[in-house]
Amino acid sequence: MSSLTEKDRPVVQLLLNTGTCPRCILRFCGVGSQVLYRHPAKDLMKDLQEFLKNNQEKEDTGCLDGADPPSKRIRLEQTQEGPDDVNHNGVLQQVPSMNDGNAAMESSAGKVCNVCLGILQDFCETDFVKKVCQKVNSADYQFTSFVFSVSLPPQLSVRERAAWLGVKQEMRNLGFSLAKDDIVQLKEAYKWIIHPQLSEELGVPADGKSLFEVSVVFAHPETDKECHFLATACPDCFKPAKNKQSVFTRMAVIKALEKIKEEDFLKHFPCPPSSPKKLCDALEIQCNNGAVFVAGRYNKYSRNLPQTPWIIDGERKLESSVEELISEHLMAEFKADSFNFSSSGREDVDVRTLGNGRPFAIELVNPRRIHFTAEEMKRLQQAINNSSDKIQVRDLQLVTREAIGRMKEGEEEKTKTYSALIWTDRAIQREDITFLDDIKELKLDQKTPLRVLHRRPLAVRCRVIHTMRSEYIDEHHFRLHLKTQAGTYIKEFVHGDFGRTKPNIGSLLNRTADILELDVESVDVDWPPTL
Amino acid sequence: AAAGPGGAERYFTRWYKPDVKGRPCEDFCVLQHSNRRVGWGGPGEICVITLAEAHPLLQSGKTIKSINYQISANCSRLQNKVSGKSKRGAQFLTELAPLCRISSSDGEEYTIYSCIRGRLIEVNENILSNPALLQQKPSTEGYIAVVLPKFEESKSITQGLLTRKEYEEVLLKRCDSSS
Repeated sequence: MSSLTEKDRPVVQLLLNTGTCPRCILRFCGVGSQVLYRHPAKDLMKDLQEFLKNNQEKEDTGCLDGADPPSKRIRLEQTQEGPDDVNHNGVLQQVPSMNDGNAAMESSAGKVCNVCLGILQDFCETDFVKKVCQKVNSADYQFTSFVFSVSLPPQLSVRERAAWLGVKQEMRNLGFSLAKDDIVQLKEAYKWIIHPQLSEELGVPADGKSLFEVSVVFAHPETDKECHFLATACPDCFKPAKNKQSVFTRMAVIKALEKIKEEDFLKHFPCPPSSPKKLCDALEIQCNNGAVFVAGRYNKYSRNLPQTPWIIDGERKLESSVEELISEHLMAEFKADSFNFSSSGREDVDVRTLGNGRPFAIELVNPRRIHFTAEEMKRLQQAINNSSDKIQVRDLQLVTREAIGRMKEGEEEKTKTYSALIWTDRAIQREDITFLDDIKELKLDQKTPLRVLHRRPLAVRCRVIHTMRSEYIDEHHFRLHLKTQAGTYIKEFVHGDFGRTKPNIGSLLNRTADILELDVESVDVDWPPTL
Repeated sequence: AAAGPGGAERYFTRWYKPDVKGRPCEDFCVLQHSNRRVGWGGPGEICVITLAEAHPLLQSGKTIKSINYQISANCSRLQNKVSGKSKRGAQFLTELAPLCRISSSDGEEYTIYSCIRGRLIEVNENILSNPALLQQKPSTEGYIAVVLPKFEESKSITQGLLTRKEYEEVLLKRCDSSS
């Protein structure tokens, strides 16, 4: 094995002796060749044995007569006398005795690795890969790449530290110094091995930025308690966190390991770490797709429809809602887990939204389907429009998360136009209301309306009515068209809200006014793009 | 044609407290809004404190001389300051907490009481600059104060007050006894 050098020899020897698997051994020797890790475990074992034997041969140049040299070979537990066990002298190697002065080695292949607990062993094999891909395929997701994320049990960090300290000690005894920097991280090595296999089986590349995530959680209950000693050694690293079941999270354990002194560590934890009886369990194999965003504009034709479901004390007060009527179809088509609906402002239950509608965006969480052509989106739009006469949507399209920002900008900055049907107590004649048409940039002071004061802070808002246009109907009714700044309370401008919005239509006309109907005529935001 | 109770008063329920502190005909009307959040520890419904139609100040011939929100040496309702959604810093009111004192030109003095328990949100400053408003539009622009009770207290508010129907019976009894 050309990646290993002379100075690696004692490390390899020690780790092999104490129950560490070949791949972990390569990691501890700082071997960075990804390809090497992908070799079958059996081959790697053989190579390591060869590597050690070569050293032995150098020492035993005198023993060419066939006498059994002190053996440093590792014997695979499963295999009996096979061709592998025969050295080039044709002599069968024997299982070393414990009395052997050259440090007897037990067979470590076939045992669960005392550092990775089997992650770089069985969980790199085809069987596991097939299991993961089966889960992925049965979950029926649409994806063009994947990111594979792995959650490792925290005690792996502890065992890694223990093994490392053992190696350090051995090297010190031999008079060598050792830097820790080039140990290959377990997760990294694991991904080197498993990504190509997953990629091959799934037919798509691995990509760190992929929105499709396959995640596996590994656990090893047998050794869970191994972290606990850190709580006594570094109590301030382990504060009980609100939502977490165990205080021994991976992060907390790593932090404690950074803090704890070598001597203290060795007092509480065996070095080298013991060989576990069982492999890790792969607890959950889960799939998750990143959210997709669908935007559009909606019209609302009902005066009896809330934006969001109206439920008080568990009872639904009004049937359906704008968001449900739009999202229902999208949820079904995209096969998402849930949705988040947002819009550029909103209107009351009893207000219609006319004109080209109000911009909205729906975040579809964990969608199974993500690819839709423009044609398909059009058909989806049609389906929504056919299903209800209370709302209609247009310009339905897929957008990015960043685009949502444009919509919210609109909410605060852009103008809106309205049409209000107004009643007055005292009679009006045509000429009594024409002056309204000439008022430009009317400044209002609006205190927080009484109807929302229970849930909003008390404040005074300055808002501007840019223009108005009146339409006389009869002595007690007229229609008023207004163009206003975003955030203006129209109803309160008409009835005055106990005099807390000033000026108001009542004060302008010197009468008591009431609003009978309100329609949104336009929301002047030019997003999403018109299709 | 008149609309309802319409306009600003739509969505309010009227509750009455007659003869407050035993003073004849000093009746108040509490307008309770229908909007509420759900849940204990949260706010109840917004209430507007107003004079009921039988109150002496609203009878013909009465002129208001002054309205004073300074109800004691240490307490002025005008200095009430609330902040945030939960209206922190509000002066807390009990049923008989005075909101203001009103003097009429005939020398009479009337105290306006809260009638409900809760946080004082605001007092009406418009009637300070225009006292006639109180008499012209006692149920809307001439309101006295806005009070926000706690969610748990909402029921007790309506239990301590009379419905419109019950109040009308009180008014009838007064008419009968005076005739």
